[in-house]
Amino acid sequence: MTHHRKLDRRQFFTSAAAVGGGLTLGWQIPGGAIPGLAQTVVAREVGIWVVIHPDDVTTVRIARSEMGQGTLTGLAQLVAEELECDWSKVRAEYVAPEVNHANKRAWGDMSTGGSRGIRTSVDYVRKGGAAARMMLTEAAARQWGVPVGECAAANSVVTHRPSGRTLRYGHLAEAAAKLEVPKEVPLKDPKDWKIIGQGLKRIDTAERLDGSLTFAIDVKLPGMLNASIAQSPVFGGKLQSWDAAKALAMKGVRHVVKLDDQTIAVVADGWWQANQALKAMPIVWDEGAHAKADSAQIAAFVKTGLDAAEAGVSQKKGDVAAAFAGAAKKIEAVYGSQFLNHATMEPMNCTARYDADGKLEIWVPTQNGEAAHAAAAQAAGLSLDKVKVNKLHLGGGFGRRGQSDYVRQSVQIAMQIPGRPIKLIWSREEDMQHGFYRPITQCKLTGALDAQGNVTGLHMRIAGQSILAHLFPSRLTNGIDTLQFQGVNAEEFGYAGIPNLLVDHAMRNTHVPVGFWRGVNHNQNAVYMECFIDELALAAGKDPLEFRRGLLTQRPKHLAVLNVAAEKAGWGKPLPAGVHRGICQNYGFGSYCAAVAEVSVSAQGKLKIHRIVCAVDPGHAVNPDQIAAQTEGSFVYGLSALLISENTVKNGRIAEGNFDSYEVMRLEGMPKVETHVVPSGGFWGGIGEPTIAVAAPAVLNAIFAATGKRIRTLPLKHHDLRRA
Amino acid sequence: MIKLSVNGKTHQVDVDPETPLLWVIREQIGLTGTKYGCGVAACGSCTVHVDGVAQRSCSIPVGSVGQAKITTIEGLSRDASHPVQKAWLAHQVPQCGYCQSGQIMAAAALLKEKPKPTDADIDAAMTNICRCGTYQRVRAAIHTAAGNKA
Ligand code: FES
Ligand code: FES
Repeated sequence: MTHHRKLDRRQFFTSAAAVGGGLTLGWQIPGGAIPGLAQTVVAREVGIWVVIHPDDVTTVRIARSEMGQGTLTGLAQLVAEELECDWSKVRAEYVAPEVNHANKRAWGDMSTGGSRGIRTSVDYVRKGGAAARMMLTEAAARQWGVPVGECAAANSVVTHRPSGRTLRYGHLAEAAAKLEVPKEVPLKDPKDWKIIGQGLKRIDTAERLDGSLTFAIDVKLPGMLNASIAQSPVFGGKLQSWDAAKALAMKGVRHVVKLDDQTIAVVADGWWQANQALKAMPIVWDEGAHAKADSAQIAAFVKTGLDAAEAGVSQKKGDVAAAFAGAAKKIEAVYGSQFLNHATMEPMNCTARYDADGKLEIWVPTQNGEAAHAAAAQAAGLSLDKVKVNKLHLGGGFGRRGQSDYVRQSVQIAMQIPGRPIKLIWSREEDMQHGFYRPITQCKLTGALDAQGNVTGLHMRIAGQSILAHLFPSRLTNGIDTLQFQGVNAEEFGYAGIPNLLVDHAMRNTHVPVGFWRGVNHNQNAVYMECFIDELALAAGKDPLEFRRGLLTQRPKHLAVLNVAAEKAGWGKPLPAGVHRGICQNYGFGSYCAAVAEVSVSAQGKLKIHRIVCAVDPGHAVNPDQIAAQTEGSFVYGLSALLISENTVKNGRIAEGNFDSYEVMRLEGMPKVETHVVPSGGFWGGIGEPTIAVAAPAVLNAIFAATGKRIRTLPLKHHDLRRA
Repeated sequence: MIKLSVNGKTHQVDVDPETPLLWVIREQIGLTGTKYGCGVAACGSCTVHVDGVAQRSCSIPVGSVGQAKITTIEGLSRDASHPVQKAWLAHQVPQCGYCQSGQIMAAAALLKEKPKPTDADIDAAMTNICRCGTYQRVRAAIHTAAGNKA
């Protein structure tokens, strides 16, 4: 990471000064306290990550995206720790993607997925803070004419220790900004951290309490029109004909625009008008090759992978066939999971304005500013420097907004209506039917036990759809999707003590688009593996916790979180009548997690999840309260998937249209979630996703304890939980 | 022209009476704190108060509102000082925040009707969807706002 590059600083404020038409971004300095920001800021930019204003207000630049996961606050904590600034004066602003591009990616990767927001930028953002502190301290030393070694910084103040003189950062910033950015930037020892590791309140909550935060869907621009789109309901289908006159005759409707072979839009003064007209407009689709596909066919196709001869191998150790042949007991089970839409609360949307002189500006909720920038430029046929990107906070992402389909579409519309900003909002139905779904898979597990109940062999065969094959075929390794094995690859898999092991995948791709869904393949892999481990424990006549402990001896960190969850949940201690426990563990996105669920099932088969205790070791914990919030939230997302959410395919299309048919957990269904953050230090793990994987298996294992029923296919709503 | 009282102000809007109140609030009146999430009364993102009662504005034709007094999130308090907003801050409820206007409006209406809600009351009244999964903190914050012991 280079910190001493000459920057085209004037470009910064393209994003910060934001949107015309009086829009101000909620997270900017309150009340627009700094008129003429663009002029004053340049002189007060200390390094590239920090801007310090005369009143000590400190703006930290953020390259990643805030979608609720608290990364804005976490990243600011990392910078502030090294900067030694007054935390109460810290604000944040996004770096605009085109500015990052113009400066050779000085702010690094902007992509916000894979729980990477913090863990892959910890070094360079902390160095950014530290460099700024060194520059401020140097500026103070020069002003006093003393050796810099006699000066120390804390709380936005530099003190000359021998004399006790002090200077505030706000006073020093202009002089500091003129100094060379240091190249050698040592970082603090973790034991000296004061801001990292604190459960500080988020710096961006106030604007989420009074409606003042402007999401992209809320952007208002002069002359703006609104658009609603229809894409071929059957994936892969094409537009055949449509009756534009019908739509154009409706009030407020201005244009009917064909985007490409699969997509048509109605553009109107108001969005509801556009959407009503779209619904009223007769459209004939050529439904293409998949018009008859349905869930049953897809399931049958995926199933062919379970025993297929050909499969991509992730782990192979010893000889599983021999282990099965010599087993005292051989256990086999088949599991499966469903397609799932992300269903972010804010539907897909993007606003674009194309000017006839060849300039484009977009306003977008994206998990990847650079990808949105590139997609917009490509759709317009412009070079990147002609495209300005205004990143706005996301109303949920969960992986969906790493894709830029909706960005491209808004540009395709805007290109046909030059000079006018076009806000494209997908209806919820469109959003539900054109997602990048969590892939459908099935899994056959075969285990061998010896006479003492030791696991001597395990074969995990995953069959089903590959995300990489759909989105990034170039990232396949010899035709293998290595991502398919999340949690069960050699690096992440906990049960390294099993002597004969085979983990492989028979790819079965369907016509349904798939993508990264919070937790990605850990979700279903953890259900398969952790429930099957319980099946093996049962067959071995062992307690599920003891059984796991025996298999995790080579994996001390996996074992440690498992023990914390068990201890905090009181594993083995008596429970109220009818309440039963289940346990599981998983390692992913660099963090170790384990959970114990407590459930009861009524005589009528009604499930109640009383409590889930979770232990998580992310190495270093930047903000424990945000980790708890992410654990709670991820459990709601993961339990929705376990219990009730499901996308099915009928006549080639997704059958569900809205939240009335795509059910998700509501407040009533949420168990008490207890999070124990146990950072063991020495590494930086992710947080947005890892915990999700342990919610479902813990509950399924508890349901087995409660009912004797082993549920192997999701969602649970299709199963009768009454005691057998 | 339709006359509408929103946050104590009277507005004249020139729209089709079938237009959902949600879109009039957002596009004609320009208050974007009230959100679109589903359009079919299934998610609660668009919750406003109609004469003090929580209602899903996506499913109310503006022509049917008449004299009723509408309150949106922007009109709940002047400076985020409503007990629900304060409790929301203290418990750090919002994640992405998109559903939170609706959650806060639903909670405020619940407390008006039942100043000391039980968990069962909260379960029954708080049916708004939050995909970020903030429910545990929503519940805790409602208890705090009510002055209930946790
Ligand atoms: S938008 Fe009104 S209930 Fe969902
Ligand atoms: S806070 Fe994101 S949907 Fe509720």
